Amino acid sequence: MNPREFPLPDEPRGRSSALIDHLEGARLFFVRLAALIRKEALAILADRSSRTILFLPVLMQSLLFGYAATYDLSHVPYAVMDQSHSALSVRLLAHLDGTGFFRRVTDVEAESDIAPVIDSQRALMVITVPRRFEQGLAAGESVPLQVILDARNSTTASTALAHLAAVVGDFNQELARSQGARQPALSLETRAWFNPNRETRWNFMPALIASLSMLQTLLLTALSVAREREQGTFDQLLVTPLSPVQIMLGKSLPPVMIGLIQSTLVFLITVYWFQIPFAGTLPVLYAGLTAFVLAGVGIGLVVSALAATMQQAMLYTFVLLMPMMLLSGLSTPISSMPEILQTATLINPLRYGIDVARRVYLEGAGFGDIAGDLLPLLVIALLTLPMAAWLFRHRLA
Amino acid sequence: MSSPAPAVLRCERVRRTFWLAEARHRVIALVDINLQIARGSLTALVGPDGAGKTTLLRLAAGLLQPDAGSIEVLGIDVVREPQSVQDRISYMPQRFGLYEDLSVQENLDLYADLHGIAREVRVPRYARLLEMTDLNKFTTRLAGQLSGGMKQKLGLACTLVRSPELLLLDEPTVGVDPLSRRELWQIIAQLVEEEHLSVIVSTAYLDEAERCAEVVLLRAGRILANGPPVSLRAQAAGRCYRVTPPPGVPARQLQTRLLDAHDLVLDAVPQSGEVWFMTRAEGAVAAAESGREHGRSKEADESNAASGAGAANAAGGTSNRLPLGGLTVHERAPRLEDAFMLLIDRDEGVSQASHLPALSRDRGNPPQAAALRGSREPHSHELSHGPSGDLNTARADPMNARSEEAPVIEVHDLVRRFGDFVAVANTTFSVRRGEVFGLLGPNGAGKTTTFRMLCGLLPATSGSLRVAGVDLRHARAEARARIGYVAQKFALYGNLSVRENLRFFAGAYGLSGEQSRERIDTVVEQFGLAAVVSGPSGLLAGGYRQRLAMAAALLHEPQILFLDEPTSGADPLARREFWRRITALAQAGTTVVITTHFMEEAEYCDRILIQDAGEVLALGTPQEVRSLGGQGDMDGAFIHIVEQARGGRAA
Amino acid sequence: MSDQASGAVRGFCQRLLALTRKETRQLLRDRSNLAIGLALPALLILLFGYGISLDVNHVSIAVVIEDASPGARDTIAGLRLSRYFTQQDVYSMRAAETLMEAHAVQAVLRVPGDFSGSLASGQGRLQLIVNGSDATTARIIEGYVQSALARGSGPINKPTLRAATSTALPSGTVRLEERLWFNEANTSTWYLVPGLIVLIMTLVGTFLTSMVVAREWERGTLEALFVTPVRPTEILLAKTIPYFVVGMIGFAMTIAAARLLFHVPMLGSAALLLFASVLYLLASLGMGLWISALTKNQFIASQTALLTSFMPALMLSGFLFDLNNVPVVVRFIGELLPATHFLELIKTLMLAGTIKSIVLTDCAILIGYAVLFIGLARLATRKRLA
Repeated sequence: MNPREFPLPDEPRGRSSALIDHLEGARLFFVRLAALIRKEALAILADRSSRTILFLPVLMQSLLFGYAATYDLSHVPYAVMDQSHSALSVRLLAHLDGTGFFRRVTDVEAESDIAPVIDSQRALMVITVPRRFEQGLAAGESVPLQVILDARNSTTASTALAHLAAVVGDFNQELARSQGARQPALSLETRAWFNPNRETRWNFMPALIASLSMLQTLLLTALSVAREREQGTFDQLLVTPLSPVQIMLGKSLPPVMIGLIQSTLVFLITVYWFQIPFAGTLPVLYAGLTAFVLAGVGIGLVVSALAATMQQAMLYTFVLLMPMMLLSGLSTPISSMPEILQTATLINPLRYGIDVARRVYLEGAGFGDIAGDLLPLLVIALLTLPMAAWLFRHRLA
Repeated sequence: MSSPAPAVLRCERVRRTFWLAEARHRVIALVDINLQIARGSLTALVGPDGAGKTTLLRLAAGLLQPDAGSIEVLGIDVVREPQSVQDRISYMPQRFGLYEDLSVQENLDLYADLHGIAREVRVPRYARLLEMTDLNKFTTRLAGQLSGGMKQKLGLACTLVRSPELLLLDEPTVGVDPLSRRELWQIIAQLVEEEHLSVIVSTAYLDEAERCAEVVLLRAGRILANGPPVSLRAQAAGRCYRVTPPPGVPARQLQTRLLDAHDLVLDAVPQSGEVWFMTRAEGAVAAAESGREHGRSKEADESNAASGAGAANAAGGTSNRLPLGGLTVHERAPRLEDAFMLLIDRDEGVSQASHLPALSRDRGNPPQAAALRGSREPHSHELSHGPSGDLNTARADPMNARSEEAPVIEVHDLVRRFGDFVAVANTTFSVRRGEVFGLLGPNGAGKTTTFRMLCGLLPATSGSLRVAGVDLRHARAEARARIGYVAQKFALYGNLSVRENLRFFAGAYGLSGEQSRERIDTVVEQFGLAAVVSGPSGLLAGGYRQRLAMAAALLHEPQILFLDEPTSGADPLARREFWRRITALAQAGTTVVITTHFMEEAEYCDRILIQDAGEVLALGTPQEVRSLGGQGDMDGAFIHIVEQARGGRAA
Repeated sequence: MSDQASGAVRGFCQRLLALTRKETRQLLRDRSNLAIGLALPALLILLFGYGISLDVNHVSIAVVIEDASPGARDTIAGLRLSRYFTQQDVYSMRAAETLMEAHAVQAVLRVPGDFSGSLASGQGRLQLIVNGSDATTARIIEGYVQSALARGSGPINKPTLRAATSTALPSGTVRLEERLWFNEANTSTWYLVPGLIVLIMTLVGTFLTSMVVAREWERGTLEALFVTPVRPTEILLAKTIPYFVVGMIGFAMTIAAARLLFHVPMLGSAALLLFASVLYLLASLGMGLWISALTKNQFIASQTALLTSFMPALMLSGFLFDLNNVPVVVRFIGELLPATHFLELIKTLMLAGTIKSIVLTDCAILIGYAVLFIGLARLATRKRLA
């Protein structure tokens, strides 16, 4: 609304005019802020290559990583040296093949052939069934089944071993039943909450909702002030009546929007492409994500206000980003880290962002449940954003 | 090698266009250029922005390939063998990319190594180059920490580490102060003389072109004229006059009046307290009187001005007389600048019909003073008054009345140090409302630092400063709405369109809705930006950029306008246009603070301040400063004042 | 003629030296370069070596004992003996679930009220609830609980328990005897640290260099440089050399840390390892310079470099995730990456030894990539403005 259209020009200046001044002040505030936000958004999106680089990679990465990021075994190639050639050994191996985790690639005839098969990575494991397999079992002996595993990738090796152990356990029980043994038995019945099939992807995709957007929003904000400094436009901005708070808001809101759009893209892929059921509610998810993106943008702006050149802004952001990714629980559990690093993760916004995304997505957490994540995120945002605003004018020349 | 002729550059039917992806059309940079430049000479390329000077130099340097035609440099086909040309020539691009994270010495060493210069040759060469560029004291400083002009000088020094067979210089003296400019040209002249160097230099300074053996005038990709300065100057003979304004009247006011007589006067500039102008018709003034002797003064009062108009009528076909109000007119010898203005103006008539692509087309707009007048009140009557009498009286009002008011800018004992380097020392001055205040000084004198402090971009180490009653650094944001700022570098958002830039700044200054649209339309019209308003601003030619920057700074009708070297690299046409706007703004009551390296531009100012090494050397009206310098023109005065101060300091 | 040739060589050397000196100075003067080139690798070594681990070491588990009989207590005694568990006893399922939801515990083991009775009848059932949202940890926890139960029940009431792996019963059982080749301790450090070499070289090679040519385009420093006797090859070489040195320092740091701090074995040929690393670094540098010369824009260049080299090296090379487990298409993309082959090569050379078939193929592939990317970078570096 245009202030000139106020029908009060002749009234004596009093409380009403003070009110008008206030309204006018507020109007000006938003006019200026809107202008800056518009400009920032245009600057980011006007260029086709930067538009492409903001949205296409997120899509591709979420698809690729969704498939790649798995510790779940499938088709582990293995080889067998069956020295017994018995019905029982065939039954055991059939069990193994039946799990779908293992794929028999070759048979090995002699001990000396084992090493080449593993060395060349044709098989990840070689199972040796001893000559007296059937006889030993019939005699009630404990018969060894030798497994050689390629542990170059230790996770795969452990998981493969665990699966193999489970198959052997089942085989033993079946064996015992068929032999009519009636011994007291103990069985462990496991239920996995939130992810009944215990698929890594269920764990990973929600984490990507937070972490993929982090990468680019952080870089984008880190560059925003640095770019204006390098191009000389920042001075021009500082001589306008825009206040540091307005500049800070104007520079942070467009990246926040972009971050949220990126998160939404990953979210949609998770729900509709990978069909992982969404247990939470959207308001909680977006509240959490907004707090998270704000904290990220705050850090980016501080880096940007400090950096002298775009290159510095970019490299310093990256130096921050790497530990943030590693100490976030994205690919390795935080609880397995040493105490000191677990403490260090407390200032890492990505830790909270991923936690929020996982809890809301998989566990259906409500506001109460994620308060412990929201609070630190808001604290980070409330520290970094005003600090950036202060730095705009006070950075040492 | 088809011809063994001693030409350093031979262009035959050279054509080059550029595809602008963002603007989605092709612009023509050069059309059918035929040119031959002789060995051992100094040749100047002049022409307005977008004429194709840079493209021509880049083609010669093998950095671009022509769409058609052939180019031979030193007898070598540069299209086929760019490297063998590059081995033998030196080239200084317009924006010399110094490595800012290397020191002055390291930059020099790099280029010396790349050119394979022997150690023993380097020592005397460096000594001379550093002496010439006055960078002796700064050899260990990082190039990024030099002032704009010093960077330019270092760029030139890097180019001159060896004597090449051909030296290509693209606007080498943009942003360089008169002192260093004089030194640079001495060096170039010396190189040509002693080492028979061939030099092709593009320049916006026509006094520089005047020193060259040959001048090539380009416009919109075509060669308009080509020949020694003498023959070009001769074309403007018989049209050039000078006139002294009545006491107390600034020359720029008389100049405006002359320029407004558009049908009669082709050009007018203030010069050494006089106004130098050129008429459209040859002998327009002289024809009025019988005599043509030099220096004989003529009364151009009512009666004989009328007969002068008669002559003008005969030539131009339009009525009118020179608005000189009985002042004495002297004929003067034409300068190259006059020839330049004349030839461009002639071409204007021809090319008006043939349309040029928007982004490279430059001018052809009628003077904008009229449009500007609409924005604020008083002076329009003044100018539209009758031709006589009022010149002497009109003067009385605005400035004198305002001088009673409190100054708009007050600076007292201002000091700024960077570490132990004193950038600005004990500077005191004040600026009145409506004044045009010029800040002059050699490169690194502290002008930009002073400027940044005034605008609140840099805190002062000590002293006080008030702009529009407040210190902008601590003032509330609203106080900044009273100033407009045009930075030295083109500082607008290059990937936004012109309109988007204007919309942003309008919003940043709190304009919205109808009000914002109105102001944007007004400035777009005022500054002749309509043709480019939806194109990306990053692709604008220099003149347009400068206009856009001005337009953005004036959207909110500020009380004070700060301009940091706004005319650096601008051609004479653009500069004239610019100063017409400034004059009109000042008349309307806007205070203007400006820095410049064109000393003739100091003539437009009400008062000027000369700074060197952070100290104030002179402060006063151009007249006062000129008399302080003791010599004829402002250039000479400036050099004299600065050298004297430096001598004093050294002693 | 030979005079001319030697003159050309001298010119080449002199210019290359000058440019290399310039690049080195620029590299050293900007601390952010060193932060990426040296500080970040050191940080990564420490994080990967000591901090990041895929191994689960501390599990907090809530135990709900609804059956207070000594038999039941004996059964779960093993949990207390295990070094993996921090046990918290609660007395109702409700309390346990609350702990789970608050992420105060990672698993709940429930001993049902009728446990002793059903155990006697040979049907003893324990219930384990894990938080499946971290699937890997969940599986590992299950394994730990199983083996802890097996161990705990060992000396006291041997015949009652029958878990998966080790029991001695009258009826025949199959006993697993596993041998882990190449990584006997089966620690993730052994395979994460060699993978780090790949990451660090990718960072320095591609990410850092992706900006060096683009920066010169943006700052306009190339125009004057082009019109000198300098050749494109010299510009390219001069940009390669300092970053090559930084990359090799990163390599040396990681190898030293691997051998001295983490005692990763070096079974294969060290010379081959060095050779392969040089190849990979050259391929990465070539790719970085190529991206840089093509984009001429620092932001786009660095993003492209991150998205096409670093992120894939992290996610698709087999560094974190085994390529055996992924769909064919993703695996195919993984196989296209030089990083995948370099990683395979390093792991093999360090942990398995010089296995000819792998070494030869991977080296050949790396040579191919090095030639390809350096060639592309050379083609993209032309002394032309448009």
